[in-house]
Amino acid sequence: MKELILILVASAIVNNVVLSQFLGLCPFLGVSKKIETAAGMGGAVIFVLTISSFVTGLIYKFILEPTGFSYLQTIVFILVIAALVQFVEMFLKKQMPALYQSLGVYLPLITTNCAVLGIALKNVSNEYTILQGVVNGFGTAVGFTIAIVIMAGIREKIEFNDIPKPFRGSAIVLVTAGLMAIAFFGFSGII
Amino acid sequence: MNKIVERLQNGIIKENPTFVLMLGMCPTLAVTTSAINGLGMGLSTTVVLVMSNLMISLLRNIIPDRVRVPAFIVIVASFVTVVQFLVQGFIPSLYASLGIYIPLIVVNCIILGRAESYASKNPVIPSIFDGLGMGLGFTLGLTLIGIVREILGAGQIFGFQLLPLADAASGKMGYTPITIFVLAPGAFFVLAFLVAIMNVVRANAEKKGKKIAPATGCLAGDCESCGMGSCSGKSVVQKAEATVPVAQASDDQNEDKE
Repeated sequence: MKELILILVASAIVNNVVLSQFLGLCPFLGVSKKIETAAGMGGAVIFVLTISSFVTGLIYKFILEPTGFSYLQTIVFILVIAALVQFVEMFLKKQMPALYQSLGVYLPLITTNCAVLGIALKNVSNEYTILQGVVNGFGTAVGFTIAIVIMAGIREKIEFNDIPKPFRGSAIVLVTAGLMAIAFFGFSGII
Repeated sequence: MNKIVERLQNGIIKENPTFVLMLGMCPTLAVTTSAINGLGMGLSTTVVLVMSNLMISLLRNIIPDRVRVPAFIVIVASFVTVVQFLVQGFIPSLYASLGIYIPLIVVNCIILGRAESYASKNPVIPSIFDGLGMGLGFTLGLTLIGIVREILGAGQIFGFQLLPLADAASGKMGYTPITIFVLAPGAFFVLAFLVAIMNVVRANAEKKGKKIAPATGCLAGDCESCGMGSCSGKSVVQKAEATVPVAQASDDQNEDKE
């Protein structure tokens, strides 16, 4: 149990997926205009990353590892994730229209998120069990949500600032991200 | 012959993936902690790019249009796996420092982007050189960013101590490294300045009436062109935009594109 909490804190805050590992930068820069959309994106990432960690964990433990095909992990994972996101989208649309309403539009954007593949590969290289892998995926997604919501909050304020012309647009967002990364460095001592 | 030179020039200068198109930002930020890492990552990507362009160009008339993206992904992922094992086997030190970012070459937008926009429509020879040009352009970008970060962050180039370090204990004068530049925040700062510089360059070129290819990918707010689902189709983009008009494409990022 203690170990799971450690993994959760480490993946969510200490090794923040965006700010220290640079995974999932695209949505972090692209969908962080408004707090509501950022939170929606975060929710969708939590949903998909948790499920995909579970599914890729199962596939690795019960299919790839016993048959000795673990070197195929990259190929298998990327296809599984792409199919999974499509499947989750169809399932939500049919079975949970309310949830689909709030998360649906973000789902196609998640296929493009390298964090999903990154976490699946990390779970394997860290030799996590399936449960540890799921916790790691969930924690990573929570970390992503924290980062993107904070970023959206800052960007809503930045809108009104007088920014030097060359820095308008994505440059100032990157500077902000750098400052946030410094702030998150403060957590590095807690584990 | 002309075609070959034109393709190489296009990849390295006119549409340089790092400086002009601003593609593949995940690896750009993550692995450029030193020049040698940037070079290694760039060359690994180049190999994958050349091989996948070759293969996709060969198969371009066989792969049915509707399943082309999954087919491309499998081809790219296979070559990435091969490269991963080659690096692991022959340059273990590089493998240790690049780690997870080697398999993540699969989701590098440059590779699927070239497959979709060039290799799947053109003959083999130009496709190979298109891949080579783009790959070398990417390598150049990563190496230059790596050099900047390594000089600022450690006073070194390719591990060679360029600036003599200060030593407080013996009172020796010298360079005090700005360590943050080899850490995560430094990556964001360097890239921010790169984007700002390119904005100025673009504005100047426009004044002179020259045209520079627009930035695509994440930094232009175009999430979908990045990663695997990505190059698959604008349909996804349009769907998302139609449902949530506020989510993407806002004014200041359009400014970037122009």
